[in-house]
Parts: sequence; structure tokens; C-alpha cells
Amino acid sequence: MTFRELANILGAEVLVGDERMDSTIRDAFAADLLSDVLAFAKEGTLLITGITNPQVVRTAEMLELLGIVFVRGKRPDEEAVKLARAKKIPLLCTRYIMFETCGRLFSSGMVGCIERVENAGKTG
Amino acid sequence: MQEKQAEPLLEQEFIVQGGDFIHAGEVSSSIKAILKEIGISHDVIRRAAIATYEAEMNVVCYARRAAFHLAITPDRLTVIAEDEGQGIADLERAMQEGFSTSSREIKEMGFGAGMGLPNIKKNTDELRISSVVGEGTRLEMVIFTRK
Repeated sequence: MTFRELANILGAEVLVGDERMDSTIRDAFAADLLSDVLAFAKEGTLLITGITNPQVVRTAEMLELLGIVFVRGKRPDEEAVKLARAKKIPLLCTRYIMFETCGRLFSSGMVGCIERVENAGKTG
Repeated sequence: MQEKQAEPLLEQEFIVQGGDFIHAGEVSSSIKAILKEIGISHDVIRRAAIATYEAEMNVVCYARRAAFHLAITPDRLTVIAEDEGQGIADLERAMQEGFSTSSREIKEMGFGAGMGLPNIKKNTDELRISSVVGEGTRLEMVIFTRK
């Protein structure tokens, strides 16, 4: 789906990336743990999160994620917005909780960037 | 292909300040930009960016400061991160997924889940760690650029 469709589905406000609204996005990863995002999210995916600090944008930059949706009405702090503008990473805000956000996108055809992890709790 | 240590094509040093959460990630971002500019393959850049960023966040979260030394030779990319800090008492446990000594503040930022070092290992071809408690930690991360 396009970012524009995604924003409509979530009733989301577009904070950064107005010019990217026609680009398409296929899959997503959702977490409030950036360590897990770094370990599991794939390049070119959408990040759905409640974390609003600049590190979330840095994480997106490092992984080459296509955009970030902030859930539960949370708004990224100013440094995060500045960084996203500089790195051209779209930021959207929705009031839906993470579960509803994922559910609405999934039922509109978006899928997870991975379905499950390979090894549950494996060490070393 | 000869195994002799080749002269680096490019070498650069960066400083990371512990506790500086606003600028955390800038060094990784600079390293990523350099790798892109010199035409390193996409997959190598991505793995290097993730490993370097994890290492940089470790310094920001746990150490006073660190020097990051980037060296690129024809067959490999090496980042050595040497910090002044508390060191790691039990390296074996630190390498286990889920083991962490992080504070609540670090967890609230979305880090400190005990995934950093395992994820660095996953994204590098060679990883050497040494640490002295009360002095600091040295990470040597190597990614082969030719497969």
C-alpha cells in the first residue's frame, strides 16, 4: 500500500515525509524494544513503535527502514523529528494502540517483515 | 589471494562520548556514509552499520568515551571500538541473548535487552572482545568484503 493509504487507514498525522506519500510499503515490524528492531527488522520495512526518542530514527537509518508509525498518540521528540527530516525518513502518528494499528494494516494487506524468529531464546 | 596483512585503503578514527544520547549514532552514520561513498557492497554496509551502531550504543549507555577506528583493506572492513569504562566482568554471559546489566533508564529508551553483543556477533564475520573491569572494553569487528 502507499503511505497515503496507510495514513488514511490509521487516521494518522504525517509529521515528516509529505513528499513520500505515493511511495509504497509492503511489510512492517512492530516493537517497543529497539534492540529487537536492530536484531530482527528487515531493510525496507515499516517500523511501528511507541518509542519516540532520536534513537528510533537512528535505528531506522541504520537498517534503511522506509518509515516509522508512532502509536498510542505518542509524538516523537524534537531531535527525532529533526533527524528524520535530515535523513528523509517519513514519520506518522496515530492514536490507535499498537495492536489495532497492526491489525488494521494487516487486514488491509500489509504483512510482517518476518513471520517468526528462528530460534526462541537461543543463546550464544 | 595472499594472506599477508594489506595496507589499509582507508583509515579513520572517531570519538564517541558516553552518556551523550542526543548524538548517539552519529559515528555509525558517518561510517555508513563513508562506506557508501567508496562503493562497498550493500549487504556489507548494512551489517557494518548495525554492528557499529550496537557498539556505539553500548558506549553511550555504559562507558565514559571510546575511540572507533575504521580500517578498510581490499578484503575486509575492520572497526575497533576501544572504550574507557566499567568493563565487562563476565564476557561469556554478556554474549548470551537476554543477559543485561542495564538500568531502567536505558530500558525505557528501548535498549538494554541483552541483545547488543549477540547481534554484533551475528552481523560480523569475526569478533574479538577483551575487557578489563574498571578500565574498559575493546571490540574488534571484522566483516569480509569479498565473498
